[in-house]
Amino acid sequence: MRTAEPREDKGQGEPSWRLIRSIGFRIAALHAALMALSAGGLIAVLWWNTAGYLDREVERGLRGDLAEFRAHHRAGGLAALAAAIETRIAEDADTESVFLLLDAAGAKRAGNLDAWPPFLGPETEAGEGPLTRDGIETTVRLRVLFLADGARMLVGRDVGARRQLQALVADSLVYGLALAVVLAASGGVLVAQVLARRTAPLLATAAAIGEGNLARRVPLSGNDDEFDRLAKSFNGMLDRIAELMEGVRQVSNAIAHDLRTPIARTRSGLEAILRGATEAEELKSGIERGIEELDRVIALFQALLRIAEIESGARQSAFAPFDLAQAAEDAAALYEPLAEAKAIRLEIKAPAALPVVGDRDLIAQAVANLLDNATKFTPAGGTIQLSVAAGEGWADVAVTDSGPGMTEAERRRAAERFYRAEASRSSPGFGLGLALVKAVAALHGGTITLSNRSNAPGLVATLRLPMRPLPRHSIRSLDPTHHV
Amino acid sequence: MRILLVEDDPEVCRFVAKGLREAGHVVDPVDTARDGLFLAASESYDVIVLDRMLPGGMDGLRLVETLRATGSRVPVLFLSALAQVDERVRGLKAGGDDYLTKPFAFAELLARIEALGRRSRGEAPLTRLAAGDLEMDLLARTVRRSGQAIDLKPREFRLLEVLLRHAGQVVTRTMLLEAVWDYHFDPQTNVIDVHVSRLRQKVDRGFAYPLIHTVRNAGYMLRAEG
Repeated sequence: MRTAEPREDKGQGEPSWRLIRSIGFRIAALHAALMALSAGGLIAVLWWNTAGYLDREVERGLRGDLAEFRAHHRAGGLAALAAAIETRIAEDADTESVFLLLDAAGAKRAGNLDAWPPFLGPETEAGEGPLTRDGIETTVRLRVLFLADGARMLVGRDVGARRQLQALVADSLVYGLALAVVLAASGGVLVAQVLARRTAPLLATAAAIGEGNLARRVPLSGNDDEFDRLAKSFNGMLDRIAELMEGVRQVSNAIAHDLRTPIARTRSGLEAILRGATEAEELKSGIERGIEELDRVIALFQALLRIAEIESGARQSAFAPFDLAQAAEDAAALYEPLAEAKAIRLEIKAPAALPVVGDRDLIAQAVANLLDNATKFTPAGGTIQLSVAAGEGWADVAVTDSGPGMTEAERRRAAERFYRAEASRSSPGFGLGLALVKAVAALHGGTITLSNRSNAPGLVATLRLPMRPLPRHSIRSLDPTHHV
Repeated sequence: MRILLVEDDPEVCRFVAKGLREAGHVVDPVDTARDGLFLAASESYDVIVLDRMLPGGMDGLRLVETLRATGSRVPVLFLSALAQVDERVRGLKAGGDDYLTKPFAFAELLARIEALGRRSRGEAPLTRLAAGDLEMDLLARTVRRSGQAIDLKPREFRLLEVLLRHAGQVVTRTMLLEAVWDYHFDPQTNVIDVHVSRLRQKVDRGFAYPLIHTVRNAGYMLRAEG
């Protein structure tokens, strides 16, 4: 039952508003219907227990009287019956009861009525109608008893007062029901209005974002209710999108700069050779330099594509159990000669085995990148520590160097693509190492944390992986100051 | 070796065919999968080099699948710009034996083709490798040069073994990482160079002539005469 036509959804603002209105309307209608239903139920019960009770009492009394008088007639005939009626009339203090006994000829033998009431036909057994008693217009309920000797009698009760009471009850109930429906409808309208008011900021923000104002966020009411939670997750999504957009912007900037530079260099180098080189040897070495430059561009491309591939999550299918301690030690063995060549000590602290589930090749590359950075920044004679440790549900691979460390601002930006800290400008590299580590960590549902050593200069890079496989992006660091 | 080259880019095709011929191989270049399948089914080749994306409605994957369905076991090397891991996996699952992504160094392509050709000839497992005055005993895990024992660590041994198995051929850094460390990524720094230079210290230093040579823009080569 849709009141808004989805096919007409071309603009963004107006149809959404109509949808909200229709939801509000439906809530109001449902609310009113439920209220009316419950009020109706209440009224039915009330009626049964009040007006219905009065009617049932009258009927019971009439049936009792009839049985009694039938017994008198059976015992003593018409005379006994007439006597019994006169006794009852004499005893009846509140004059509520009505009696009339006619013999077979139609003559009155006993009773406090003068004539058979006109609204009862000759054959009718029961009925209700108006009657004038002692000059007062009232309503009576009657039952007729046809006797074997042709005589007939009627027994009745004056129900005028009861009928008035019932009318009163009925009136109150109708007014009550009307009031309930009105209240329910206004409650529904109120709910619809609140709904519209609370969704308005969300819609306004979405519209602003749609128009390109990406910095807009949904204001929170501070009640921490459903709408605030919706707004929070909406804002979280917008932050994530902004983060990704920023990443794309960085990458395109970087491509503009970091990729254009070597290509331009290669081009001018080749041009210079074409113009100037005369010796075959000179040509050959010039072309070799050109190929070297192009290889750098290719390597940069591959590094970028690999990060993109990891971030897309496509590699999660390659997850398998492997020994993290062994993988870390293997990576260290790969870097050990490089460290030794720079007179750096490479210390390894790892348990005998630490089984985890993940992509061994990617973890190895991540650890290799951390070791690569550490070797770059550690001065000759320094130390690099690689430690593998298992915590509660976590496995940590930490690489500690004795280099200059990083400032807070550098640590925050370290994992951006192409970001290179001041100290690394002179060393070779693209500035993609930590970006890849971060992507690998995220793929495994883990984190990469950078911090300075507390007691000595140097940086600690900790790659933390969950011990059980988790879905991608299920864990995102909420504290942006230290996680990168 | 007789090599079938299925590649639709005329530039790449000419470049690869020329290089392979210079390396002493016979090359039949074609530019559609249909022609490739026809030749592969009617002639006998040692290795097929195959592009993934080909014109004419039939791609490299289909060619290999069809070829394998006929029972042919000829080694197939995919040469493709589709570099993602799942693309590689698709290529290998379809029946390919190796996968090289474009852009590539010719030396690497040649080395991989020759490795595939050797594998298909089903040579008996070696127990001894030698080049010049260098000998390696794969069972005893010992290395001697000019009769003098050289003490190598396990990784150094494995590195030398890979170079020896490809003696006279270029071995790229990527191939060394795959064969020695089982890593399928390129480290930021060329750590392989440090490993090779360390190996050189033990294998070449103090001997009459060097065995391990650096091939610029390609990798390394172990050969006996300068």
